[in-house]
Amino acid sequence: MDTSRREWLTGAGKLFTLGFATAAGVETSGQASLNSGGYDVRNHYWAMTIDIEKCIGCGNCVRACEKENGVPEGFFRTWVERYEIKGADLEHPQVSSPDGGKHGFPPSNRVDTKQFFVPKLCNHCQDSPCVQVCPVGATFDSPDGVVLVDESYCLGCRYCVQACPYGCRYIHPEKRTVDKCTLCYHRITRGLTTACCEACPTQARVLADLANPADPVHEFLRTSKVQVLKPHMATRPKVFYRGLDGAVR
Amino acid sequence: MTPVPGVEGFMYPNEVELQWSILIVLYPFITGLVAGAFILASLERVFRVKAVRPTYRLSLLTALAFLLVAPLPLQLHLGRPERSFEMFLTPHRSSAMAMFGFVYLWYLLVVLLAEIWLDYRADIVRMALTERGWRRWVYRALTLGSFNVSEASLRIDDRVGYAITVIGIPSAFLLHGYVGFIFGSVKANAWWSTPLMPVVFLFSAMSSGIAAVLLIYMVAMRLQRRPLDMDCADTVAKYLFYVFLSDFALELLDLVHRIYEADESFRSLDFMVHTRLWTSQVLIQILLGTCLPLALLAAVQLWKWSAPARTRIYWAAGFLTLVGIFAMRWNVVIGGQLFSKSYLGYTSYKLGLVTREGLLPSIALMLLPFGILWILIRLLPPWMGKEIPGHGASPATS
Repeated sequence: MDTSRREWLTGAGKLFTLGFATAAGVETSGQASLNSGGYDVRNHYWAMTIDIEKCIGCGNCVRACEKENGVPEGFFRTWVERYEIKGADLEHPQVSSPDGGKHGFPPSNRVDTKQFFVPKLCNHCQDSPCVQVCPVGATFDSPDGVVLVDESYCLGCRYCVQACPYGCRYIHPEKRTVDKCTLCYHRITRGLTTACCEACPTQARVLADLANPADPVHEFLRTSKVQVLKPHMATRPKVFYRGLDGAVR
Repeated sequence: MTPVPGVEGFMYPNEVELQWSILIVLYPFITGLVAGAFILASLERVFRVKAVRPTYRLSLLTALAFLLVAPLPLQLHLGRPERSFEMFLTPHRSSAMAMFGFVYLWYLLVVLLAEIWLDYRADIVRMALTERGWRRWVYRALTLGSFNVSEASLRIDDRVGYAITVIGIPSAFLLHGYVGFIFGSVKANAWWSTPLMPVVFLFSAMSSGIAAVLLIYMVAMRLQRRPLDMDCADTVAKYLFYVFLSDFALELLDLVHRIYEADESFRSLDFMVHTRLWTSQVLIQILLGTCLPLALLAAVQLWKWSAPARTRIYWAAGFLTLVGIFAMRWNVVIGGQLFSKSYLGYTSYKLGLVTREGLLPSIALMLLPFGILWILIRLLPPWMGKEIPGHGASPATS
């Protein structure tokens, strides 16, 4: 086939125009997805606050999460740990989480210890190692601050499970892809709170919207001494704890 | 409270089950053999170490046989293996793992296959013209349509082959250093997270690859009832000694650094080494798989031994080196998952037998490269064409 330079350039021009139009279409649909059903991701930046002093270790949050999200038996999107610390021995706390604390905790007979409960969940880190290591980008940061997994894209390679310093991920035994807390994304994008926060009888866990100036989280952060888990990991977690003991890992 | 079987102390609830199994132990072990075998081949080609020439082609074929199998344990391990091709289509640029496919293809297509083809081309053309039946067609296909074996053409082959080997050395370093980086860059795991990991992986890869080729060479000579070229075996063993010694020094450096620094993870890891990893790390990896072969190889360097005695030492040292490096991979991969990231507890690894990630599939995966190597050697005998010191050229059809 003998194609003249003019014909080649014309053809290339058409291809370029088509490609540009397609890309623009994708861009337009992308803009549309930022604002879906009245929920605009640009107006939110989700986090959670946990008040250790308020947690009674009832396990309501674990059960609610399991029911809401169909969490498989033996795995946990959220769980509760009980810490028992004797004196100054911060290095050797007795920690337990029977069945993730789902059914509460048996009474402790260690009367000479300091005891408290620590609810755990995905920290939705701003510099998430799990997002960094995912080989196909199936784990990603949503614009509104939630670390999510596209289960239709995940390979099940488990690199993200290894990379999470907090043990918040697991492989779903039926889907064979990674699973974790989504901060009940299907609920919070409809104006609801998370299942765990809703079930918490003492409001120890509260969903927070850092992008909303009227959210009580700002008062919480301004007036409380807060800590995140494993700050030395530099993952910039967005689950903020009040009253977190130095022994907690 | 019911204790979880196999768990001691406190594990985060999702940590009890290990994520990476024996298949992921095989992955760095196999890629290590590839990189090490290639480095040995480059000794002859680039660094002109003529004594190791009898192992040159064997090293390349060994590297190819193992490289072809290298992705299989990964593929078998994936939860959704049917999606693995997505790593090529939409690689996530910040992920170390995403680069595996590209590093692998670069090494397979650009380095190994090209070098083997260029090195064998004259022999392939000769076989395509002289063989009969289906073998003729196989060799005709392998010529890729190029029957030009003029002196000028072969000189170009040689120059290009040399250039590819030169590129291949950093590529081999990249292939296995990269595998080390996959582990060493996981900051959440104190057992893995060290910048020394890629270097340690690289030197251990060279040790295992050299040991494997030494053993395969000795087996091949025995099967062909040929005398062992002792100059070659001595030289390969000498390189094995120096490389393995460097590897051990690097691992000791890592150990000393951890002990002296004694960061928050130290007590937990120290306890693990003294309990759950005692057999696999201290006894098998360090004493049996490192100190003993190093002592044997050092003895050859220090004292005079007869050829049969040296041969026996090389059998033992080569085998023990492979045991030691396999144990090292085991201790890195499995050991790195036995302790909790809370540093408060330990779990156990239960190796299945006939499960997808069990012992039998792993043994099959380890035997597969030898089957491929056997076919490659039948197809492209390493001892045809070029003269081998001490052996002379063997007939084209072995």
